[in-house]
Amino acid sequence: MGSYLLRRAAGFAFVLFGLAVVIFVIARIVPGDPARIALGPLATSEQVVQLRTEMGLDRPALVQFGTYIAGVAHGEFGKSLLTNRLVSRDLAEALPATLELVLLTLLLIATVAMPLGMLAARRHNSAVDNISRLVSLLGVVTPGFVVAILLQLLAAETGRFLPITGRLSPDLPFTADLTHLLVIDALLRGRFDVAWDALLHLILPALALSAAGIGQIMRITRSAMLDIARREHVDTLRSFGVPGHVIALKYMLRLASVAPLTILGLEFASLIGNAFVVELVFSWPGIASYGVRAILSKDFNAVMGVVLVSGLFFVVANLLIDMLIGLLDPRLRRGRA
Amino acid sequence: MISNRQRAWRRLRRNPIAVVGGLMVLSVILAAIFAPWVAPFPTHAGAVVDFRHRHSPPDALHWMGTDNAGRDILSRVIFGYRVSLTLVAGVLGVAMPFGVLLGMAAGYFRGRTEFVIMRLTDIMLAMPPLVMALAITAILTPDLINAMIAITALWWTWHCRLIYRVTSSIVAEDFVEAARLSGASHAHILLREILPNCMAAISVKTTLDAGFVILFGATLSFLGLGVQPPTPDLGTMVATGAQFLPDQWWEAVMPGLGVLYAILGFNLLGDGLRDMLDVEIG
Repeated sequence: MGSYLLRRAAGFAFVLFGLAVVIFVIARIVPGDPARIALGPLATSEQVVQLRTEMGLDRPALVQFGTYIAGVAHGEFGKSLLTNRLVSRDLAEALPATLELVLLTLLLIATVAMPLGMLAARRHNSAVDNISRLVSLLGVVTPGFVVAILLQLLAAETGRFLPITGRLSPDLPFTADLTHLLVIDALLRGRFDVAWDALLHLILPALALSAAGIGQIMRITRSAMLDIARREHVDTLRSFGVPGHVIALKYMLRLASVAPLTILGLEFASLIGNAFVVELVFSWPGIASYGVRAILSKDFNAVMGVVLVSGLFFVVANLLIDMLIGLLDPRLRRGRA
Repeated sequence: MISNRQRAWRRLRRNPIAVVGGLMVLSVILAAIFAPWVAPFPTHAGAVVDFRHRHSPPDALHWMGTDNAGRDILSRVIFGYRVSLTLVAGVLGVAMPFGVLLGMAAGYFRGRTEFVIMRLTDIMLAMPPLVMALAITAILTPDLINAMIAITALWWTWHCRLIYRVTSSIVAEDFVEAARLSGASHAHILLREILPNCMAAISVKTTLDAGFVILFGATLSFLGLGVQPPTPDLGTMVATGAQFLPDQWWEAVMPGLGVLYAILGFNLLGDGLRDMLDVEIG
């Protein structure tokens, strides 16, 4: 397991470095002057020159690249033109909100999609199976923004029992200063009213974010279970008279989790992408809504920060998933590079 | 004796879901091509304002209702398909051949070529595509062409990896070896021996991707980074309509269903083709 992890970590560092390079190149080959773009057409040329010096754009490209990489290695992206603060500080403030949303989303995917996928496979070609196939197809093809809007409509219909904007009701002052995750901090501090309120705020965005993942994972779990059900060792167990649910839960689930987990790693990319839409629609104060504002106002440093952090998110998630898969299926630890 | 084509056709007809998907795709394509004749209010594709009919709910005259400028939403959805399909053609027309060529080269030549191409692909695949596209369109000005560039810049990697896998699995086959021994050039082997064996995977992948490119483009423009108004674009229409939720629900929901319809069509057709051609596209 040790060398496996080491190999994975080396690949991980390589990919992150490559990501930083690609972003730098994209930002530099673009026609037009970033300083001019940031200031808009109305700025005077003196202002542009001044910002160029501030941003270090007047130095040679290689020097710029060196400073940039050194900064990125320290988690430093420079100052945001939008908030006039360090991008790293803005990101640190927005990250917990996104993290909380993503964690609940993953929880939903794991607790809804996998059991339903298993159930559909156990009742192959039954009504349950067909309905779940339809639901998972709709989950996969419905754009995130359509899901988000339909959920908002539904919330409006049900008399706004579920809040549709923000992270916490404004009349509940509370600072999450332990883990920075609202629900968990509120529970730790014994503020159950805050925890409940925060959870209600989380539900709709998390549902919107998990729709595509639930569809995809349900589909994959179902086909993995069906595939494994045909293996010989399952026949053997069955002929020994082991009850069906024991075979499914004890012997098949472990093998059948590998494929959905692999897909979940890939799904993470679209999950991060969808987070932009969901956070925007539900006014969720996370990285993605910060990113949308940064992008629309051409805030260069902030855009780079957001892109790198989301890339990091994606790569770390995949590394964790690979480790989990390695634990589940020892053969894969040795086999693949 | 029946030809491969006839056999494929029979299998397709026996798969009703794929046929439904195919008809949906066909209806979208035809509606887009003949938009000025199909749309009930063709002039509403532009910057028309009709204040007397603002925010009217779906009825017999306006099947999808009207928007905040009194324009017929159905007409705008039909014209919106033109934008979506242009995007699909632009992105896949470039990304697909590019990715296929690189994937074949990596799988066929191995060694250093393989290393460089596949590591580059790995890096590109490690970036969340929507985030990258957002960053690229943000740096450039948001419009259809730049959205196309941003999506294409990321999309080729998927084709590259798929075709790399297909190529590596057939490069050691006897017929490739035979061609090499009979003195065939690299170009001949790549284009006449390997490429035909990739066609099934390419066609399935392209069909499925068409739906996802539409999804991707609509998401970009929903965030305000795609086609700019007054050009009717499905994502932009949903974003504008969302301001009038929940009372004028149709203004966001109807264009949203329009996108959903197109994506669903391509997805069903692609799934059907996959079963029919029996390819694994992972």
